[in-house]
Amino acid sequence: RRPGRGQGMAAMLRGAERLAAQRLGARAASWWGHVEAAPKDPILGVTEKFLADPNPEKMNLGVGAYRDDDGQPVVLDCVREAERRICNNKFMEYLPMGGLKPFVDESLKLAYGDDSAELAEGRVAAIQSLSGTGSCRVMADFMHRFKPDAKIYITVPTWANHHNIWRDANVEQDTFRYYHPETRGLDFEGMVEDMKAAPSGSFFLLHACAHNPTGVDPTLEQWKEISQVMKDKGHFAFFDMAYQGFASGDFERDAASIKTFLDDGHLIGCSQSFAKNMGMYGQRIGAFSLVCADKNEAAAVESQMKRLARPTYSNPPVHGALLAHTVLADAELKKQWYAEVKGMADRIIDMRSALRSELEKLGSPHSWNHVTDQIGMFAFTGLSPEQVDKMYEHSIYLTRNGRISMAGVNTKNVKRLAECIHSVTTA
Amino acid sequence: FDISLLRVEIMGENSNNILRDIPEAPEDAIFGISAAYKADTSPDKVNLGVGAYRNDAGEPVVLKVVREAEIRLVHDESLRKEYLPIDGLPQFRTLSAQLLLGKDSAPLREGRVAIAQALSGTGALRVGMELIRRFFPEGTRVVSSNPTWGNHKAIVERSGLAYSTYRYYDPATRGLNLGGMLEDLHALPAGTVVILHAVAHNPTGVDPSREGWDQILAVVRERQLVAFLDCAYQGFGSGCLEKDAYAIRLFAESGVPTLVAQSYSKNMGLYSERVGTITVVCPTAASAAAVQSQLKKVIRPMYSNPPRNGAYIVATILGDPQLLTGWRDELAAMAERVLAMRKALYDHLQKLGTPGSWEHILNQAGMFTFTGLSPAQVESVTKNFHIYLLKSGRINMCGLNSSNIAYVAKAFDDAVRKIPASM
Repeated sequence: RRPGRGQGMAAMLRGAERLAAQRLGARAASWWGHVEAAPKDPILGVTEKFLADPNPEKMNLGVGAYRDDDGQPVVLDCVREAERRICNNKFMEYLPMGGLKPFVDESLKLAYGDDSAELAEGRVAAIQSLSGTGSCRVMADFMHRFKPDAKIYITVPTWANHHNIWRDANVEQDTFRYYHPETRGLDFEGMVEDMKAAPSGSFFLLHACAHNPTGVDPTLEQWKEISQVMKDKGHFAFFDMAYQGFASGDFERDAASIKTFLDDGHLIGCSQSFAKNMGMYGQRIGAFSLVCADKNEAAAVESQMKRLARPTYSNPPVHGALLAHTVLADAELKKQWYAEVKGMADRIIDMRSALRSELEKLGSPHSWNHVTDQIGMFAFTGLSPEQVDKMYEHSIYLTRNGRISMAGVNTKNVKRLAECIHSVTTA
Repeated sequence: FDISLLRVEIMGENSNNILRDIPEAPEDAIFGISAAYKADTSPDKVNLGVGAYRNDAGEPVVLKVVREAEIRLVHDESLRKEYLPIDGLPQFRTLSAQLLLGKDSAPLREGRVAIAQALSGTGALRVGMELIRRFFPEGTRVVSSNPTWGNHKAIVERSGLAYSTYRYYDPATRGLNLGGMLEDLHALPAGTVVILHAVAHNPTGVDPSREGWDQILAVVRERQLVAFLDCAYQGFGSGCLEKDAYAIRLFAESGVPTLVAQSYSKNMGLYSERVGTITVVCPTAASAAAVQSQLKKVIRPMYSNPPRNGAYIVATILGDPQLLTGWRDELAAMAERVLAMRKALYDHLQKLGTPGSWEHILNQAGMFTFTGLSPAQVESVTKNFHIYLLKSGRINMCGLNSSNIAYVAKAFDDAVRKIPASM
């Protein structure tokens, strides 16, 4: 049926508009049409799976965030107190590009020691950073800018995001042996061999304590040897320290690897995170530092660190820095903090014992010594990806490399966890 | 025997000291001026440098609604300090998208909007540029206005993209060179990304009219360009959030590929909390979901996930009708004070009979005014009167108040009369 004249025109115009819109849509679609959905982040994707699971007995042993014995996230008392002190008290003007200096100074004392000669001599260039990730990224960007031919050597295995960080910074990466699957301990010989084989002046990413994901740390003696080997080869040591205090419960002890290297005269780099040890995951608070030959060099280096910050975020967020500084700069609060961290570390150590003992009680044919030998928040169980998938069927969520966050284990669920591990490893 | 010397020697010889010979970076222009101001001991000093709001007493301001939100958050025992998702606090994202695009926005209704929390405007631009570098054809160029915020170039180049400018500011009229702008946009190859200041252009304060925006959109559409709107001052231009979103909504509804970098630094006074968003308006819901996942991939190796505090403050305010109204009022008051200062400066200069035309002070919008002072005149004003502003002649209107405006007017008058302009 033919429409009347007016209707015909309108219909024609609408038709024309639609066609134009379609063409436009097609053109516009071509800008993003080729963008494929990215695979889920292996670690944070586990949490998503966990959240989607309706099973009331589900366990999240994925992300490394501390939980108390009731499985609840914890805000440290010293941090709550700090919050009360700063609430309604602060102005919110931009921090300098390098962040809150008093915070950075306190943070450096933790890593390098209160009596550090390097600090006293003003030789440490440092900025506030966006937690551990942000620190590592600035290090990677710094390498790319000032040592574009350098390669970063990364442990096998390591925190998955390490690879992403150096890749996105366009720095060539290689690996060095670290974990020994057979012993579920350190492959010290392999590590030293690889360090000796690497070209002089290579960059090595070391976990200062509580290696993620394996929980396997060198002994102090081994650290001393590693330091010598690296000195002989003129290698650069970059320490990722995300768990100071969390490994042994003692801050000084957990930084012993760094101290060893400093005593041996290495000019190191260090990434510090307060996500775990201050429970300030979401605040994104950390520090990035480089030990320099002298004060002048430190000043130049620090200025270049800030220059890397400016086009990424201009200046860092204030909240976490104020909280951390409040705790670190107050003797009472700092003491309280040390005690709270020790409490967290001790609970994890207890859970390691409990898990191992439950598995042994079940008569597991495998050895579970590694559960108590390993240190820090994570245990590298040795479960294969297929066994991990079976754990998902039990509503127990861990990353597919077999890493479990011991922080997610408590007196209420350790038995069920042991039973499920036993079940998937004896099938 | 100095052991520290020994240590350095040992390392010096065979060490691969990456830190040797690293040059000191040039001081950041804007933060450098604040530093100089701080060091100045004159009681008459005035800081017209960095873009942060000041009240009439010259003090930084924390908004009442922000204080209220902070108190609620501190007392909310249910709130922990866990990691936010990589793309940020969900309710913050939703409310921010509505603030930018409007509740009735078609792209929002159709699920075509990818939006991630970002480290304020800088972080949003950086993430957006990184996304563009990964998925746009090799050789994609980004252009911004001449002049523009200094960090645009650094961010674009940091992301590995080529950068150049389009004509924008007309020194003769101290207004917009719309014809030149349209010509330059018209000459761009398809796929070029065009940074546009959504409102209250930084540093000039010169905004296109609505008709101007329509014409800009037409060229962007015709030449198949990509619009990247930098929105750091929504509400600060006119005092009204909706009015200031005109350009954003125009582009978002148009079907032209559109990105938006949003900052809450100024309009909520949350400068140091680093809170904002990166938005990508996509043609389909499926492409928006894919883009969202890729935004996360960019963010994870940069800083894993964004800081919580600022996002919670914003979500608290935007999600509470009473606080939202309170915010609108406080924002309007701030914008009004700026407008009052514009009028006052203009009036003073008229009274002094300062040579030249000063209408542009009234016509320009937002926090900044491009005075038109030459670098030499700026230097004179700083040296002789301890008034700090950018070499470009940009002043932050918020640095003006009833106590110093006469003084500043006198200083400008002095400089303009003493030093010949090269404008």
